Amino acid sequence: MLCVAGTVPAEDFPLREGLVELDNEDLRMGTTAIPVNRGTPALLAAAAMVARVLGKPAPYACLVGDTGIGSGSHLLYEKMIEILPRNQFQTITFHYLQPMVDLHGKIQITIAELAPRPILIADAGFMYVAKMCGAASLYDLFTPDVGELAFLADEQAPHPFYTRGFILHENNRIPDLINRAYENDNAAKYLLVKGNKDYLANAQGILETIDSPKEEAMEAVGGTGDTLTGMVSVLIDAGMPMRTAALVAMKTNRLAGQFAQTTPATQIIEIIRQIPRALTETMKKTP
Amino acid sequence: MSIFDFIKGKSQRQGTPAEHRRTDRGFMVFDNTTEVIFAEKLLKKNGWAVRVMGPPPEIRQGCDLVILFPLIDELHILRTLKGERISPLKIVPVTGLLLEPVAIFQIKDYGRYLMVRAANMKLTVEKETKVIVNISGGGCPDIPFLAASMVGKTLAEAPAPHDIGHTLCGYALQLAYEEVQRQCSV
Repeated sequence: MLCVAGTVPAEDFPLREGLVELDNEDLRMGTTAIPVNRGTPALLAAAAMVARVLGKPAPYACLVGDTGIGSGSHLLYEKMIEILPRNQFQTITFHYLQPMVDLHGKIQITIAELAPRPILIADAGFMYVAKMCGAASLYDLFTPDVGELAFLADEQAPHPFYTRGFILHENNRIPDLINRAYENDNAAKYLLVKGNKDYLANAQGILETIDSPKEEAMEAVGGTGDTLTGMVSVLIDAGMPMRTAALVAMKTNRLAGQFAQTTPATQIIEIIRQIPRALTETMKKTP
Repeated sequence: MSIFDFIKGKSQRQGTPAEHRRTDRGFMVFDNTTEVIFAEKLLKKNGWAVRVMGPPPEIRQGCDLVILFPLIDELHILRTLKGERISPLKIVPVTGLLLEPVAIFQIKDYGRYLMVRAANMKLTVEKETKVIVNISGGGCPDIPFLAASMVGKTLAEAPAPHDIGHTLCGYALQLAYEEVQRQCSV
């Protein structure tokens, strides 16, 4: 089973865990409705869509409200430390959480004792803290965008906010940034880089690139990285090899963007609506 | 290695900008980023040449910022902060490198829309109406909250990220927001 750990942008959303289903265009955890916007709810909506199409169980989620103060994230780190030993999650995706170095270390200690070891995916704040701690290589997949890749490539930056200028200027040289991230041990086993061209890479080099359909406006749309992370998480959890799962997720995300006729003003829910159709079409064409 | 050794060592190895080698500067460490953002606004409003920077690794906890300030003004600055009931956890003299926040903006012109990226944050406006149509990127949990608070409003109506944000991603969004305002006023 896939478990997603992340935050909801509301201070009053209590710490909750459970299966997350799609109910029209809201997420539902038990009787609680969660509006789908960018962030972890967008990730979960995409994941739930893909799970439904594949006939797989709905994703399990551990969620808490946090608007940036960090107290919700703190509770969630502690909750994960508590629940991980008594659940057998096959895949865990960590998402929008306040980077907290000490608690990240405790989560990794807990995970190290799990058998079998779950597949670990990190994006957003949790990817930042993994790199910050020098623990990137403990993860199976990171899903950075180009700005975040520059941060991974900058061995001195503890957060994307401090990425040095000469590395930010390398934006058009994604393969160089990927190499640099691996050289400094600041990348997960696989990197799925979201951008004008999407890349799947590992320490040996670039494995796949996808640049069609070309949907330049998707870069401006908040949540398109979250949907990609949500889709690849479910596909991996369903047993697809990493390379196939990444390929299907990258193509599906772009196709959903095309079907939604994305402009820079498109909202992520418009793209999420197109995921079932895009996934079905992509799967037909994927060997 | 002490924090001072670290700073000195970095400085000697990397030939850092002169400003950060000056011993007349100190940095203030606060309990959380929200206090840093508030203190920066307050001190700038009162005319001090303070800057937000990244702390050295020894004191990093996660999503961190410190405030660089002229040591000579320490007492006056502390009194100002105390007036607003905030106090730094500690004050450290600077003799070497602090991390520089991002200062590079990438602009993408979509015709009807303009997108500005600062570090990992992207903010897009409709040029004619100046309505914020999207906020993308970021990984700290105030970003979805900021996006929900700002998208659909004009630059003039929307709350500034530094008024309701709490994290480094929120701070990066503030920089993108200021750059969009600058671009739209040209």
